[in-house]
Amino acid sequence: MAKVELKINGKAHSYDVEDRTLLVNLIRDHAQLTGTHVGCDTSQCGACTVHMNGVAVKSCTVLAVQASGADITTIEGMAKGDKLHPVQQAFTECHALQCGFCTPGMIMAVTGFLKDNPKPTDEEIYHGLEGNICRCTGYINIVKAVKQASKAMAK
Amino acid sequence: MHTFSYVKATTLKQAGELLAANADAKLLSGGMTLIPTMKARLAQPSHLIDIGGIAELSGIEAKDGKLTIGAATKHVEVAKSAVVKKAIPALAYLASQIGDPQVRNRGTIGGSLANNDPAADYPSAVLSLGATIVTNKREIAADDFFQGLFSTALGAGEMIVKVVFPVPAKAAYEKFPHPASGFAMAGSFVSQRGKDVRVAITGAGPGVFRWKDAEAALGKKLAAASVEGLSVDATDLNEDMHGTKEYRANLAKVMTKRAVGKLSGK
Ligand SMILES: Cc1cc2nc3c(=O)[nH]c(=O)nc-3n(C[C@H](O)[C@H](O)[C@H](O)COP(=O)(O)OP(=O)(O)OC[C@H]3O[C@@H](n4cnc5c(N)ncnc54)[C@H](O)[C@@H]3O)c2cc1C
Ligand code: FES
Ligand code: FES
Repeated sequence: MAKVELKINGKAHSYDVEDRTLLVNLIRDHAQLTGTHVGCDTSQCGACTVHMNGVAVKSCTVLAVQASGADITTIEGMAKGDKLHPVQQAFTECHALQCGFCTPGMIMAVTGFLKDNPKPTDEEIYHGLEGNICRCTGYINIVKAVKQASKAMAK
Repeated sequence: MHTFSYVKATTLKQAGELLAANADAKLLSGGMTLIPTMKARLAQPSHLIDIGGIAELSGIEAKDGKLTIGAATKHVEVAKSAVVKKAIPALAYLASQIGDPQVRNRGTIGGSLANNDPAADYPSAVLSLGATIVTNKREIAADDFFQGLFSTALGAGEMIVKVVFPVPAKAAYEKFPHPASGFAMAGSFVSQRGKDVRVAITGAGPGVFRWKDAEAALGKKLAAASVEGLSVDATDLNEDMHGTKEYRANLAKVMTKRAVGKLSGK
């Protein structure tokens, strides 16, 4: 067993978990934040994307113990009260989701990407979202949402 | 995933000792290959020795015509590094094309080389540039390091510490990525140092290899037309649902021509 002390969405937590526990399981089962999804469990789909110390990672491919001492942000930490994060707002307005399964991971990936590249071209958006799969094939509107969020965040 | 004990190493020495003391232990660097492999139960280490936080293993430095990259340096760091972009821009470009952003935020050069996936990107740069792999025990020349499908010259208890790249006059990398994974269906890293031109092909065969006919022809005249009449021997190349041997041989040639066409350097 391992003791994992970390911050999730600004709040300190401490858990005793098995060494093999994945970060996504700590988030979903221990912290009970079920907004972070498991799509493939094989590091391909990005549904489990969260931020670890500010960078996007696939939480199904990180051990919970590796995140000890880290600052984690999940989809639940994006809105400020009733005010959605600009990326969430843009996804809503651009109809960038259908079933919504991929959406939390998409939003975390997009937010990470926009930090590096605040004014992306279409090509850069495609490349930047290579780690995320949407089975409802909503990519056109997702790209629209990224552009809209980029404009909103520049203001 | 089977159970194991996790240990976070803080120094190179400690990691080496832990590795020596546990025959079935494995090093954990970015985990982008090892964790999926363990989840699929294709690996069952007794211990995971996490080397991701060891300061001595991380970092990038250019000095005296050499670019040194620590084993635990992440793909994203190489891709964005001003030092790499200045010394060997083709290497920064290669790192920017690995997998996807989340993979690049965790995966490391040492893990990629130790794993030696036949479709990985870094092995082609290391082989083409004639880099030296420095371990906790010795220095290994690129030509001796890669030994085919997922195998390397690394022995038991041996750990990659850093990779030293001689800075070439010119270099370029081109790959045809598998559309889902980003891994190379075929990739070609072409570099020139003095009169020496080296061409390393990844993705097409069971392991990275040098295309010596192309090297000889490009050594005479460094132009895409020089490889026009040549072909990669398809006999031992990979064949699977994604492509035949002949398809991969042709892709390797096309990637080589494209790489020659965009050679850059100082
Ligand atoms: C979705 C996805 C897409 C990918 N696409 C690509 C791609 O397009 N191109 C590409 O090249 N790669 C790709 N990869 C692989 C990725 O680049 C990995 O980061 C890399 O292969 C392994 O590096 P790591 O640091 O994650 O190693 P780990 O997974 O931590 O380790 C891999 C192996 O190396 C050993 N090891 C680690 N560090 C050392 C060391 N210093 N000394 C000795 N042994 C060591 C470990 O014990 C283990 O056996 C992809 C991976 C994923 C999940
Ligand atoms: S669930 Fe983690 S990448 Fe698909
Ligand atoms: S909205 Fe359904 S998977 Fe993307």
